[in-house]
Amino acid sequence: MKVEEKLALNVFKNDKESHIKIHQDICRKKCLTRFCISVCPAHLYSFNEETKEIVVEFAGCLECGTCKVVCKEGAIEWIYPKGEYGVQYRFG
Amino acid sequence: MEKIDVVIVGGGLAGLSCAYALANKDLQVIVVERGDFPGSKNVTGGRLYLLPIKKMTGDMLDGAPFERKVVRERWSLLGDENSFTIDFTSTVLREKNHSYTILRSSFDRWLSEKLIEKGIFVIPKYRVDDVLWENDSIVGIKAGEEKIYANVVVAADGVLSFIGEKAQLKPAMVPQNYAVGIKEIIELPESTINERFNVGSSEGCAHLFIGDVTKGMFGGGFLYTNKSSVSIGIAIGIKALMDRAPLIEAHNLIDSFKERYEIKKLIEGGVISEYSAHLIPEGGFEGLSKLFGNGILIIGDAAGFALNMGITVRGMEFAIASGIIAAETILKAKEMNDFSQNIMSLYEKRLKETFVLKDLYAFRKIRTFLENEDLFSYYPRSFPELIEKIMWFGEGKKRKIGSTLWETMRSTGMLSFKRLKNLYKIKDI
Ligand SMILES: Cc1cc2nc3c(=O)[nH]c(=O)nc-3n(C[C@H](O)[C@H](O)[C@H](O)COP(=O)(O)OP(=O)(O)OC[C@H]3O[C@@H](n4cnc5c(N)ncnc54)[C@H](O)[C@@H]3O)c2cc1C
Ligand code: SF4
Ligand code: SF4
Repeated sequence: MKVEEKLALNVFKNDKESHIKIHQDICRKKCLTRFCISVCPAHLYSFNEETKEIVVEFAGCLECGTCKVVCKEGAIEWIYPKGEYGVQYRFG
Repeated sequence: MEKIDVVIVGGGLAGLSCAYALANKDLQVIVVERGDFPGSKNVTGGRLYLLPIKKMTGDMLDGAPFERKVVRERWSLLGDENSFTIDFTSTVLREKNHSYTILRSSFDRWLSEKLIEKGIFVIPKYRVDDVLWENDSIVGIKAGEEKIYANVVVAADGVLSFIGEKAQLKPAMVPQNYAVGIKEIIELPESTINERFNVGSSEGCAHLFIGDVTKGMFGGGFLYTNKSSVSIGIAIGIKALMDRAPLIEAHNLIDSFKERYEIKKLIEGGVISEYSAHLIPEGGFEGLSKLFGNGILIIGDAAGFALNMGITVRGMEFAIASGIIAAETILKAKEMNDFSQNIMSLYEKRLKETFVLKDLYAFRKIRTFLENEDLFSYYPRSFPELIEKIMWFGEGKKRKIGSTLWETMRSTGMLSFKRLKNLYKIKDI
């Protein structure tokens, strides 16, 4: 099963506003590795070749925080979604 | 300004246990939880060891929604195309209440309902954003526009602990101190689980894996049986993921694990019903945060209380124990009417007298031992290979077992000085 299909099994209550902000200038200037793309268990990060920007589909976020830890450059501003929003695990 | 006694940030096992130990003590206690209900944001592997916390929990876990009692332990070394498994059970394991599998969403929720019955306020759907300071003391918390003033703030907000960070207790997060756990719930009929894992009803199996499950990286796989589902997943060191060349996409690892012959049969016909991920603190003793300050204590994962013992991760009983010990300290502080770090420091003192800091200290070198890459790649490959050679009956004459053993061990480098020296470090743990 593809990771997107797995995410579709979860209960998410999504905010309009993203809880993850990316400072593209830092990515552009400093980052060669783009660890955020490979580590995210939900595979939410990608690089948009046209805009040359890192994109994150925050709506499927599992709130693990792995991306925040791997981005040593500090380009990721990450907070928990506001109360009431985000993933709601039924099993956990 | 109205001030309550205690505000606990986070309704996980740590925070709820702390609140439980404060119930019926004539204190005003509020638990603030960001999820829809306590448990709705929480992920664990699976299994709670009960004996270390038996005395201190009193009646807290009476009637708890345990999934299954673990009566069968399995450890597998996964080579690329073969595997070798140890399967252990015993009368004591079956008779004593040693460990149980649990699912956090229902478990934490159940505990929070028990708290509410005891008059503790549990406020869900609120994210605490900051702590409130008065000079060098913490005097409360802020959640959106709301402020709650309290004599003691307990940071029970889990591994990412923003509250620990704001309170200047938590060290900066570095990749080598954390692993990421990725997990699926796969539903299967109860009877199928009993049969496939060779256990009775309400009995279960804990199965741990190393080797190919993480493609040789620091970490392992797990499979815990629940009543009518299995919890299957991997835990992998974040630094190991970052050091891997070429990089591997973490989300693919669980799929290749499930594709293994050894797993496939066990979960055949099962239905995936949830996909989750969560960090695990793995810094051990060296990775702990400062444990107290004026008006604040930090407990559970937020403090870094978890221990990767290679074959198992222990975090939940540390969370529960630290919560209960924090409560003892708070009661003492209330009695003395002193919430400064003089009294708060009793928390650390008491932790040192219990398994929490004793075990974390005793196993402080385990990480250096586990940093030996051979444990995750070389041994899981070569042991099954050795077994395969011994089991194999081909054409021609069968070689003597002793010489097969000896020669394979020599030719695969199992007896190399470097390997033996690294293994010898086992004496430190
Ligand atoms: C994959 C995996 C496998 C594991 N396997 C095992 C195992 O088999 N056995 C074992 O003993 N341990 C295991 N662990 C470790 C164990 O799960 C943790 O140690 C344990 O859950 C820690 O409990 P806690 O209460 O400290 O933190 P958490 O359970 O994370 O609780 C923190 C709570 O705080 C809330 N919160 C956070 N921030 C805020 C905020 N700002 N405002 C309001 N609320 C907030 C969260 O929503 C959450 O409810 C495993 C962990 C993982 C990820
Ligand atoms: S790891 Fe950080 S700096 Fe690098 S691309 Fe991702 S967000 Fe940008
Ligand atoms: S927190 Fe976890 S799931 Fe969410 S974007 Fe970061 S790595 Fe992906």
